[in-house]
Amino acid sequence: MAPARETPTLGAGRVFWALLARDVVVVRRELVYFLMRTAMQPLMFAIVFGYLLPKMGFVRPGYTSALLPGVLAVSLALAAVQSVALPMVTDFGFSREIEDRLLAPIPSSLVALEKVVSGMLQALIAALFVLPVARLIMGPIAGLSLAHVGTIVLVTVFGAVAFSMMGLYLGCVVAAQQIGLLFGIVVAPMIMFGCAYYPWRGLDAAPVVKYVVLANPLTYISEGLRGVLVPAMPHMPLRAVLAALTVITLVFWRLGLRAFMKRAVG
Amino acid sequence: MSAFTSISAGIEMRGLRKVYPAPKPRRGRGAAAGLAGPPRMPPGAAMAPTGGTLTAAGIVALDGLDLSVGEGEFFGLLGPNGAGKTTTIGILTTRVLPSGGQASIGGADVVADAVAVRRRIGVVPQRPNPDRGLDVLENLTFHAAYFGFPRAASRARALGILERLGLADRALARIDALSGGQLQRLMIARALVHEPRVIFLDEPTVGLDPQARLALWDILRGLHAEGRTIVMTTHYMEEAEKLCARVAIVDRGKLLACDAPEALKKQAPGGTLVELTLDGEAAPAREAARAVAGVLDVVSDGAVLRVYHPQGGEAVARLIGVVQGAGRQVTNIRLVPPNLETLFLSLTGRKLD
Repeated sequence: MAPARETPTLGAGRVFWALLARDVVVVRRELVYFLMRTAMQPLMFAIVFGYLLPKMGFVRPGYTSALLPGVLAVSLALAAVQSVALPMVTDFGFSREIEDRLLAPIPSSLVALEKVVSGMLQALIAALFVLPVARLIMGPIAGLSLAHVGTIVLVTVFGAVAFSMMGLYLGCVVAAQQIGLLFGIVVAPMIMFGCAYYPWRGLDAAPVVKYVVLANPLTYISEGLRGVLVPAMPHMPLRAVLAALTVITLVFWRLGLRAFMKRAVG
Repeated sequence: MSAFTSISAGIEMRGLRKVYPAPKPRRGRGAAAGLAGPPRMPPGAAMAPTGGTLTAAGIVALDGLDLSVGEGEFFGLLGPNGAGKTTTIGILTTRVLPSGGQASIGGADVVADAVAVRRRIGVVPQRPNPDRGLDVLENLTFHAAYFGFPRAASRARALGILERLGLADRALARIDALSGGQLQRLMIARALVHEPRVIFLDEPTVGLDPQARLALWDILRGLHAEGRTIVMTTHYMEEAEKLCARVAIVDRGKLLACDAPEALKKQAPGGTLVELTLDGEAAPAREAARAVAGVLDVVSDGAVLRVYHPQGGEAVARLIGVVQGAGRQVTNIRLVPPNLETLFLSLTGRKLD
């Protein structure tokens, strides 16, 4: 072996890049499982509510215009939360697999940030996969427009970051034994009461619910995507959506980083 | 002799303290359950303490540790489970925050300058924690990449290290396919791949069969010969004696002795230890044993009677007689020449494992 020498001095950016490259290798290897895990649930909804029920005449065909952005929002949120939280639970669990990355010569907060960036990228992959498939399942969608690519990307990225932050927090505070509980009592209600399967303005019919769902982060990403993908449909103003997603991002980054550092350093 | 000429790779510890939060007593069992039970694993502790002394402030794992390790030294931390060894390694490797005192590696403070410390060290954990998402070779090349070595360039070195550690044929294997000994060697390979000048090993030979242990000793001697500073914890006397230039004996978070193994052995109570296991409480035989000609010291510990005698063997027959006179029978006899074990017994009053 060559005689040992001082490790080259390096910027944190290079280390960050190496951490990200590691996640890319792992995700690429498990891409099929990843897509099955995150896209299955929204796509089944697309089949039942966007294809079967309209075909049977139980819902009006125009419903798919409200549903498609919601299905996209759910896959984005699920992918972001799962991509960060699930590995984190095992990393901090019995195996302590994250240890080699915590020994990397960068501040531990950057290891947490890398997980968030990685989760965001995985959420974007899931959204890119679900959008065309859901559109194929549902058939032509009235009012769907991809004209505002810039704002579509903006809302999608804001949403992906907010939910990756949420994944960081949940992954750090949930014990491995309670991971099933996380999906039962946090994720499932979030999906049902996040304006994914109905537009927020439609809740004028149920005023209490209309204000309760404002506490649900998914509401903002559903409404934001509805606004940019089907502009003709009544939706929350884009500015309110971006502001809410920014607040959610900041709150969960603060909580998540604190929880991460508490588990990372004894 | 050292290949390192730049910054010093010496380690300094001054008044190092670590107090973990006290375990919460389980509801319905009262405080006693909390006292008797093992300490709660601190959230995220890199390596959980397995012992320590419970006080009002919490579990004191380290109680004012002062130690210096020279550059290029092979240094051993010897003590029973719960002595504070793992906590010491945790603090030095920036994975545990000290509650008080200071520690530095090559002049870099482990708290204030953790990033600089991490750049200098390689860590072999007590329990292997490989990245299971990656294969064996990737575990090494990515670890090197975290330290700024381009992956392509570190591939050749990683393969070289695997070859040297007898893992060359496992380079593309999944982690789950490795045996315990292979996993341990992979952890050593990972600790080497970024070419650190200081290597920490926490109980590296626990769980290895004797053959694998001897192979590991050879590897460690080789690393030391290259000029690296090595700090190893162990609770095997033989390991500390055979490998380390200096050994610190720690127990209950305190430093009890620190010197070369040969010098430490001279501090051991004189004479051979005759350890008699009786069929009952040994205390009644203690005074009678003390009266046997030549006996230097006698300690009773439950059913065990420890007698120090210049020749040892000569006293055995008389000691058996004394024990029988006290109404006990001897069920086992062990003779131990003066060594680290007898020193440890005399310092702590308890055995190592």
